[in-house]
Amino acid sequence: MIKEAQILAHHGKQYIPDLTRSQVPAPFRGRPVISSTDADTKALMELCPTGAISDNPVSINLGKCLFCGECEFAFPEKIRFTNSHIMATNDSKKLVVREGEEERILLVPDMIREDIKRLFTRSLKLRQISAGGDNSCELELVACGNPNFDMGRFGIEFVASPRHADGIVITGPITENMAEAVQICNAAVPSPKIVVLCGADAISGGIFTGSRALNRKFLQEVHIDLYVPGNPPHPLTFINGILELTRVKHLNKRLNFKD
Amino acid sequence: MTRKIENTLKIKNGQSVSLSEIPVLEYREFYAVVLRLLNAEDVHCVNYYAYPDNDNLKFICCLADDSAQSVSLLSHILPSGKGPGELESLTRRVGALHIFERELWENFGVKFEGHPWMKPVRFSHNRYNRIIAMHDYPFYRIKSEELHEVGVGPIHAGVIEPGYFRFTCNGEMVLHLEIQLGWQHRGVERLFLEKPKLLQRTMLAESITGDTTIGHTLAFAQVMEGLSGISTDSRLDAERSIALELERIAVHTGDISALCTDVAYQLGAAVFGALRTPIINFTQEWCGNRFGKGLIRTGGSHYSLTNVLIQKLRKLLDDFEWRFKEMADKAYSLLSVENRFDNIGMVTNKQARLIGAVGMAARTSGVKRDIRHSHPFAAFRVISYVPVMLEKGDVYARYYLRRLEIEESINYIRRILDNEQFFLSETTPPVPEANLHLYPSSITVSMVEGWRGEICHSAVTDEEGNIIHYKVKDPSMHNWKALELSLRGLEISDFPINNKSYNLSYCGHDL
Repeated sequence: MIKEAQILAHHGKQYIPDLTRSQVPAPFRGRPVISSTDADTKALMELCPTGAISDNPVSINLGKCLFCGECEFAFPEKIRFTNSHIMATNDSKKLVVREGEEERILLVPDMIREDIKRLFTRSLKLRQISAGGDNSCELELVACGNPNFDMGRFGIEFVASPRHADGIVITGPITENMAEAVQICNAAVPSPKIVVLCGADAISGGIFTGSRALNRKFLQEVHIDLYVPGNPPHPLTFINGILELTRVKHLNKRLNFKD
Repeated sequence: MTRKIENTLKIKNGQSVSLSEIPVLEYREFYAVVLRLLNAEDVHCVNYYAYPDNDNLKFICCLADDSAQSVSLLSHILPSGKGPGELESLTRRVGALHIFERELWENFGVKFEGHPWMKPVRFSHNRYNRIIAMHDYPFYRIKSEELHEVGVGPIHAGVIEPGYFRFTCNGEMVLHLEIQLGWQHRGVERLFLEKPKLLQRTMLAESITGDTTIGHTLAFAQVMEGLSGISTDSRLDAERSIALELERIAVHTGDISALCTDVAYQLGAAVFGALRTPIINFTQEWCGNRFGKGLIRTGGSHYSLTNVLIQKLRKLLDDFEWRFKEMADKAYSLLSVENRFDNIGMVTNKQARLIGAVGMAARTSGVKRDIRHSHPFAAFRVISYVPVMLEKGDVYARYYLRRLEIEESINYIRRILDNEQFFLSETTPPVPEANLHLYPSSITVSMVEGWRGEICHSAVTDEEGNIIHYKVKDPSMHNWKALELSLRGLEISDFPINNKSYNLSYCGHDL
């Protein structure tokens, strides 16, 4: 027993007290900023492995971005990845970061459905579906519930059965072989429910865009409540996104808080 | 340095050779040579694949000789025109080849006469027979009123990847487990050809399986370096080996935590779980990503292991070591834990050899297979690594091997850090794509010992130096069979700890 107490004492407190303010140290690649300096935009666009960069104005689509950071190495004057992990949004247009934009990416309050405000503000149970995910997104989602990030403190958890869930979190580009299972699983979640896309692969197909082994039709049939960019998204990106989606308090705090 | 012996071409890990140097044998002779070579205990097949060559199908077989530190290449050609063709199966004689022949049958329709278990591997999108789909998988069934079947998946209770498991049970006892995979199939190998840019291909390699980012990306980088004659300096070798061992420490620690969770040992689950975090956070501090995405690039790296990072790493390892030991001394001596793991999920030495187990699944059954030792790459060429070996092949052995390998990896990283010779030069930046010219009509076989086991990437180029075939083999390809076999005769409730003790990859298998 003494040995156990000793181990526990050394284990200490692992949890991060304030997840909404917690920072991830550089060189973590979070939300990019694009300066207005001149650069060879053609070469810049050519460089990007997923075609996330477009012209006029120069912009990066975080739904496609793999956060490899190669554009920053090639064009350090033009592009800089900040360590800001706040990137989740409910508006796909907000995923596009334009030249000169320094603002954080946030949710659009008016776009949050009434059902979410009415039902999911105090507890949210999610069913995760990996549909071609490379296991890094899945591991980070598991980490959301570990002693450090402890998403459970907000009543947010992953559950085993879709019947117990209030929504689904999809990782991976949705393979043809998983397409039917995704449909069935989503159908088994009682309404009202939410759909979250986690990671570049889920949002846009990521590096697998164009593969004939995918079937992304499902996404045309459902309303997406939250996009969580990243490759994989950091647990803090996911947790803060979910909090802002379901808690007016957190979203207001974020909207009024500058750092 | 290549040698032609016994109708094969011998190369080293990561070496590139001209395609024309590989002997093309008649299938009868190929069959005989493969059988003769595989007869030796320390020779095993690391890859066997085919690609369309003009109108023919050219088969390449890579047999690794662990004692000679070489890979023998040999090939045969199947002329097309008369349909997909039929060959005599090698699996009947060498069980380990079953997965390769199944893959060849699935992709090209080649029939292997006498193959005992000819079933789809992953229902790849470019499979020969598009009429059958996921729900047509031909499960092995035993007709009896006393037996029942339990189907689980493809979506599982936890936050993990999809796979379908079917248990044939007599009461609580499992007679047979069959695992159907393919749900994760994204068409990775095909995309390596369709996405022409180096960076795109690097991103693909990083995404083969995210938990082995370093392992697979390193195997890819070695392919590109081999095919373009780029040699890496000792600093880059050192940094790559350190990254690979950190990945191993992190995943093994997480796996030990998961095993504790599955036998309801809360303290172990919490403490080992928390110990993993500083390791992956160090990787993030080094390269900006907790899984090492962005770190491994062809010919160099953007992220140097600076002196500041080296000091941090030393301190991290010191802290980790005593805390890990404190917890492990307890977790590895608890009878309640030992009782759940001991004698469960045995893979005998004979079985491990039969199915061609690699990595942990091999080393816990007394089969000495470790690419770091047998076909050294990166810093393992300079500082030799001695594999950790166990004999029993049960869940406890796989639980215990992880502890020993973590301790070994910590020591190994320290040995690199202590060797100043590695750190005399600066880290070289990655080779720009414009400077990368692949040899025409060549082939490379690159192997890396990831935390799961032997990863093998191989690429073939055409006359202009374009990649025309890219083959990925994750260790899970072999080891899923070990999980199936080791469950026979166990209670179905022993499945979770067995599954966790292997922690095999779905996406690495499905590609």
